[in-house]
Amino acid sequence: MSGSRLDPWVDSYASRANAMRASEIRALFAVAARPEVVSLAGGMPYVQALPLEMMAETAQRLLFERGSVALQYGSGQGDVTLREQILQVMAEVGISAHPDDIVVTTGSQMALDLVTRVFCDPGDVVLVEAPSYVGALGVFRAYECDVIHVAMDDEGLVPSALREAIASTRAAGKRIKLIYTIPSFHNPAGVCQGQARRTELLEIAQREGIAVLEDDPYGLLGFEGEPPRAIRAQDSDGVIYLGSFSKTIASGLRVGWAVAPHGVREKLVLANESAVLCPSNYTQLTVSEYLATQPWREQIKTFREVYRERRDALLESLQALMPEGTRWTIPAGGFYSWLTLPHGLDATAMLPRAVANLVAYVPGTGFYVDGQGRQNMRLSYCYPEPDRIREGVRRLAAVIEEELDLAATFGSHGSSGQLAGSSVPAPNLQ
Amino acid sequence: MHVLVLSGGLSAERDVSIRSGRRVAEALRIERPDWEVAEHDVDASLMTSLSLHRPDCIIPLLHGAAGEDGALRNVLESLGIPFVGSTAATSRLAFDKAITKQLAADAGVATPDGVALPQSIFRELGAAAVMDAVVARIGLPIVVKPTKGGSALGTSIVHSAADLPAAMVGAFAYGDVVLMEAYVTGTEVSVSVFERDGDLLALSAVEIVPDGELYDYASRYTAGTTEFFCPARLSEDAALAAQALALNVHVLLGLRDLSRTDMIIDAAGTAWFLEVNVAPGMTETSLFPQALQAAELGLGEVTAALVEGAVAR
Repeated sequence: MSGSRLDPWVDSYASRANAMRASEIRALFAVAARPEVVSLAGGMPYVQALPLEMMAETAQRLLFERGSVALQYGSGQGDVTLREQILQVMAEVGISAHPDDIVVTTGSQMALDLVTRVFCDPGDVVLVEAPSYVGALGVFRAYECDVIHVAMDDEGLVPSALREAIASTRAAGKRIKLIYTIPSFHNPAGVCQGQARRTELLEIAQREGIAVLEDDPYGLLGFEGEPPRAIRAQDSDGVIYLGSFSKTIASGLRVGWAVAPHGVREKLVLANESAVLCPSNYTQLTVSEYLATQPWREQIKTFREVYRERRDALLESLQALMPEGTRWTIPAGGFYSWLTLPHGLDATAMLPRAVANLVAYVPGTGFYVDGQGRQNMRLSYCYPEPDRIREGVRRLAAVIEEELDLAATFGSHGSSGQLAGSSVPAPNLQ
Repeated sequence: MHVLVLSGGLSAERDVSIRSGRRVAEALRIERPDWEVAEHDVDASLMTSLSLHRPDCIIPLLHGAAGEDGALRNVLESLGIPFVGSTAATSRLAFDKAITKQLAADAGVATPDGVALPQSIFRELGAAAVMDAVVARIGLPIVVKPTKGGSALGTSIVHSAADLPAAMVGAFAYGDVVLMEAYVTGTEVSVSVFERDGDLLALSAVEIVPDGELYDYASRYTAGTTEFFCPARLSEDAALAAQALALNVHVLLGLRDLSRTDMIIDAAGTAWFLEVNVAPGMTETSLFPQALQAAELGLGEVTAALVEGAVAR
């Protein structure tokens, strides 16, 4: 006699769907969406800093003047005018390329998916930073890649650790397909690779014949000096570069791109057509119109100032309120700081208590595939106003104090792991 | 008839509650197309909404604190708005697993041996000594859970004393008092109870067979990860004992309209009371709707009758 599993397709799913389960952490993030909760969890850009009237004019003009094109299918590679404009954007980070080298995608997340689809068979190795972007880990897992974390320090990926990881992986008979890195204002670590470090990492990749997948959504959002030069600026053959308008214009438009050597690019175009036929013509042309008619560099400066003020609010509050033994990174750009709790505390186990105290963060375990990160959390300062950030840190400090008390009572045992499951926040989490 | 379904709130079961609320509201709209059925979160705008458009009846489908603990129902009672379900006072009793266990035990109901303790007592007396004493009394395995809250949040089964501190930390993350309860081996079942035309009816027990050891959050809300049998694979006597236990608890605690009692049936056929829910989940994978379906009763039909009963009270 068999019972009901309430899902007639349960025996039909692919094995990779096994991990797609409801999770306690997702349940807690659902509470974090309430206005009473200060969410330092989500990574939503502060699009309110964009002049929405101007965006409305841009969209209206587009529909009146080129509506029949904007609402039609486009090419799998993306609109050619937009690709030419993307060259101007990438010039800001030192990249020189040809419009034909670019494939426009539905956000750079789609580009990540396409590159992985083109490069990786199940079991192939992708080397990633420790920690790494949760959305990339999800893609690599979906293609059944073997993800191996490589240590970082305050300047990002550590070259000696990269060399060791390559050697030990190959010694184990595995094929390394990609080195995935976020060199500028890392998500979630909040650190930035220096130029010498970038060159050294690139030289290792070149010597070992491994493609570098450079993810650069935050490169133009630095708070000091000129934007860091992209790794792709040094090598057009060994680096696949991913860019995005999500943080420099608007994430809802879902326009990103990949720049790749011609052989890779041809495959990306075909893969793009297979996945979505073509990226949205409407949003591509909206971006194109915006870039052509609006002071986009000035707007990026506005975004930088907004995020710098919020970063400062976060860092000042952390400095003033965090219990002894707590450490955090000092981001020079981007959206995130990576916090390390005092010894013996577990950010995953602590999350229910934090949410009950009306503050949310993303536990560090979400940024690893191997269970690391229990002592860490990602704090986002991109969306809440500075006063809310200060209040959030105040609440978080109180929660950590309570957790220290609990650890003093029960010892440093961590949690029993009952918060396992997807720890990825939904993209629309504030 | 203007019916307002309250769901959401600020507890960790917010998402589950919203799904429960949506499902009940939809079922009610289909059952009573002439009724105005609205849904509302429990937030700062609720009181204004209630005063601007006072409903004839409210269905509180909040799970977790502020929904099941009686606080919201206290407010509804103060406002004089009829609502489906138990009173504020009895909800408060039923929400505390330690209190309901004690009341059940006092009335002669079988319930696993358990100890409920606040965090402060571990700090004051020394956690190791207290945990040793609990293990010595209850034995292993031990089920560790917060005394308040649902969906098995913060719950774990501990097989080794060395794992107990971590389980305690996990449970204290969800509440200030933790219940450590003897693990009873047997068939895990849940019996739903509701009132109709003045009678109290117990539906057939639903048997729960999760993929893992614990019927945890993921197994509750991921379709396909738990196998359910309704009616449960029990002897006739055991099935009747399960229903009798649920009815007994409902009456003993003075509950109203509906409840769902979770229990274990051991090899001897004894029904061991674990906990009772005054706002049982109503999602696609929840137990109350499954029991209704097995009895060929519609969620809309039963809810509509409960609404009419509440308004007539």
